[in-house]
Amino acid sequence: MERVPILKIGGVLLVSIQIDLQDQSVLALQEDLAEKISSTGAHGVVIDISAVEIVDSFIGRMFATIASISRLFDADTVVVGMRPAVAITLVELGLTLGGVRTALDLERGMKILGQLGRGRTT
Amino acid sequence: MPPRSEGPEQVPISGDDDVVRVRQLVRAYAQQTKLSLVDQTKLVTAASELARNTLIYGGGGFARVEEVNDGRRAGVRASFHDEGPGIPDLTLALADGWSSGSGLGLGLSGARRLVDQFDLDTEVGRGTVVTVTKWKR
Repeated sequence: MERVPILKIGGVLLVSIQIDLQDQSVLALQEDLAEKISSTGAHGVVIDISAVEIVDSFIGRMFATIASISRLFDADTVVVGMRPAVAITLVELGLTLGGVRTALDLERGMKILGQLGRGRTT
Repeated sequence: MPPRSEGPEQVPISGDDDVVRVRQLVRAYAQQTKLSLVDQTKLVTAASELARNTLIYGGGGFARVEEVNDGRRAGVRASFHDEGPGIPDLTLALADGWSSGSGLGLGLSGARRLVDQFDLDTEVGRGTVVTVTKWKR
């Protein structure tokens, strides 16, 4: 099983998914991220899916789960870089990703996290 | 994995990584048939849902992928075979939000919306075959 690396940039954790995700990798990523947010005190998580060719219900649910977990650690999650074909497919599949914040690209995602992170007392 | 030009290709579904393999095979066929990028994505996503169903609910099985032609247009057909418990209530299984497992209940109903043709053949105690087809526009 391949693991998705998690990079730390300041107070933000960057997850760039470059592999064809199998379910075990998805579950491992959720655990690794929870561990990493907890140990670093990061205030934000960016998940870059610009290289992801398909998002099915299992992978889609991962985004919602990661967002919920990060919230418990007082961190915000932004999913960035979704491909147009993936967006169209997700809507037709019936997956709404309710509650998951998205941004067009990494730059905008980082900007959103910067704004959300401002005013924090850390 | 370049698809052969003739005949269906068959891959076993017995583990997590096989779901990825099925996705890659279906994508190769969809590209070879020159489906649009959106249609490729829809078909591969449907295949991913169905392959996972075969694995989790059917206890494993196999997928068969082939290029088809109805005389007017080309398409890609993928079928998912298991010898699992079968589906006792089809109406329920195809309803949005219904799930017998830990899923979101979007697998079957969602996959059905993503393809042009959807056939489900199931018998309690014998197994399930789901066949989907996406035609080139």
